[in-house]
Amino acid sequence: MMYLELFFAFFKVSCFAFGGAYGAIPLIREMVLSHGWLNDESLTYMIAVSESTPGPIMVNLATYIGSEKGGFWGAVIATVGVILPAYLIVLLITALMKNFIKNKYVQAILQGVKPCVTGIILATGVFMVVKNCLCIDGIWELDIRAVGITVALAGCMVILKKVRKKNISPITIILISALLGIVLY
Amino acid sequence: MMREKRIMNKCLTLFLTFFRIGIFTFGGGYAMIGIIEDICVERKKWISHEDMMNITVIAESTPGPIAINCATFVGYKQAGVMGAVVATFGVVLPSFVLIFLISKYLVHFMDMPVVSGAFQGIKAGVGIIIVNAAINMIKKMKDKKKKIPQVIIWCSFGIMLVVNIFSWNVSTISLMLTAAVVGLGIFLIKEADKGGKGR
Repeated sequence: MMYLELFFAFFKVSCFAFGGAYGAIPLIREMVLSHGWLNDESLTYMIAVSESTPGPIMVNLATYIGSEKGGFWGAVIATVGVILPAYLIVLLITALMKNFIKNKYVQAILQGVKPCVTGIILATGVFMVVKNCLCIDGIWELDIRAVGITVALAGCMVILKKVRKKNISPITIILISALLGIVLY
Repeated sequence: MMREKRIMNKCLTLFLTFFRIGIFTFGGGYAMIGIIEDICVERKKWISHEDMMNITVIAESTPGPIAINCATFVGYKQAGVMGAVVATFGVVLPSFVLIFLISKYLVHFMDMPVVSGAFQGIKAGVGIIIVNAAINMIKKMKDKKKKIPQVIIWCSFGIMLVVNIFSWNVSTISLMLTAAVVGLGIFLIKEADKGGKGR
C-alpha cells in the first residue's frame, strides 16, 4: 500500500510542477507533511542534499523520500512516479509535433514564447551569479571567494572563445568550479 | 538484422551520453539545457538548435522536471520510443544511485568538508553555464533585426529579475502565457493588415 501511495503522491506532484523544481518544492513539502511521512527538519535537510547532488532536484527528492519510506523499491517507485508524467507528455507532443509545430497559430505563439523563455533563463542565471557572489547564508554580504571563482571561470571562457575560437564544455566548467571550491572553502 | 543492430548501438550511445549528462547536471533544469545544447547540438549534432529551442519551450510549459523532458525528446528523435526510455533512464541513473547510497549510508553527507566546498564552487559554475546558455540563444536568433522579439526578451528578463530579487510568487507560466498572447496578437494584427491591403 505504501508503494502505491508513494507512486500516486509523486505522480500527482509532477503533474502540477511547472517550470522546474523550485515550483515543485512547496508542493512536495505540503504532500510529505500531510501524509506525515517526514518532519519539517529532515525534509529541509533532504532538499539541501537534493540541491547539492547532480540530477534534477525533483527526481532526487523523490528518490530520497521513497528510499526513506520504502527502501530500494520505494525509491524506484517514487522516482518512476515523478518521471512518468513528463515522459508521457513529451512523447505525446513529439509524436504529434511535426504537424503541430507547422501550424501558423502555433508558430505565432512560439514567436512570443521563445524570446520570453530566453529572457527567463537569462534572468535566472544572472540572479544566481549575483546572489552567489553577494549572499552568504541568507545575509547580503560580499563573498570574495565566490567572486574569485566566478571571475576566473568567466575569464577563462571569454579568453578561450576569443583566442582559440573554442567553447569550454559545461562539464569542464563544473569540474573546474568544484575543484576551486574544494581548494578555497 | 542490420537495422536492429544500428538501433541497439544508437541506444547504447544515447544511454552513455545521458548518463554522463546526468552526472554533471547540478542546479536544476536550466543548467542542463546548456549541457544538452553543447553535447547534442554542437558536438554530436543529434538535433538542430531550432529543435532545442522548441524543446526548451515545451519543457518550460509542460509539468515535470525539465531534464526529463529534454532527455525524452532527444532520445525519441534519435531512436523512437526505445531511445526515449534509454535516454531518460540514463539521465536519472547517476543521481538515483548516489541519493540511494546517501540515504542508506551517508547520513552526514552535507557535513563533509569536501562536499560542501565542491558545492560552493559548483554554484558559481552553474550560474555561468546558465547565463552562457541564454547568451547563445540570443546570438542564434534568426531574425536579429526584428524589434519585437528583442523587446520580449528584455521585458521578460526585467520582470523575472525583479520577481527573483523580491522572491515574489509569480510563476513563469503566467509570464509565458502573456508572451503567447502577445505573439498571437501581433500575428492576428499583421494578418488583418494584409487582409485589409489585399482588398
